[in-house]
Amino acid sequence: MSENPVHERIKGEIDGNQVMLFMKGSPVFPQCGFSAAVVQVLNALGVKFGSVDVLTDPEIRQGIKEFSEWPTIPQLYVKGEFVGGCDIVREMFETGELSELLSTRGIDVRAA
Amino acid sequence: MPMAAIDIEQMIKEHLPGADVKIEDLRGDGDHYLAHVRSAFFKGKTRVQQHQMVYEALKGRMGGELHALALQTSVPAEE
Repeated sequence: MSENPVHERIKGEIDGNQVMLFMKGSPVFPQCGFSAAVVQVLNALGVKFGSVDVLTDPEIRQGIKEFSEWPTIPQLYVKGEFVGGCDIVREMFETGELSELLSTRGIDVRAA
Repeated sequence: MPMAAIDIEQMIKEHLPGADVKIEDLRGDGDHYLAHVRSAFFKGKTRVQQHQMVYEALKGRMGGELHALALQTSVPAEE
């Protein structure tokens, strides 16, 4: 297990929330269009999710990119698995793959 | 200094030889692009892996110099 304390914190957040979104801003006040788009998708599906505002946590803002080997924010995790950033989440929402992924993981989804 | 579309295309093609790359400048400001990348290298890869391969091609510029590059990846149909 990595001894990197930031990665430990990130892992704790991911393990602590079935659906976890690392974003810029908060779900109520997203500070970036891409983050806002993912929040909209999750709200459209009626999915409860945890979130971290990376703008208030520079350590996580940098650490998450190394943790997932993904260079940008937002980042969505479902049951500990990295799903993707804005493009992938939006694409999966449009094709219905996202609601399928969520329901197969036992997460309640409102029919979009 | 935002990147030029042709540089992005060039870097992707160097990293993924034979890839079909189309870049749209979404806002005409040289900072918000949409790149369509079709490559046989994507075969059998998840979307996350496909996008990561494109980010590798951009050698760390993604998220820094290159603020917004939306990606749409696809695999060429079997000939």
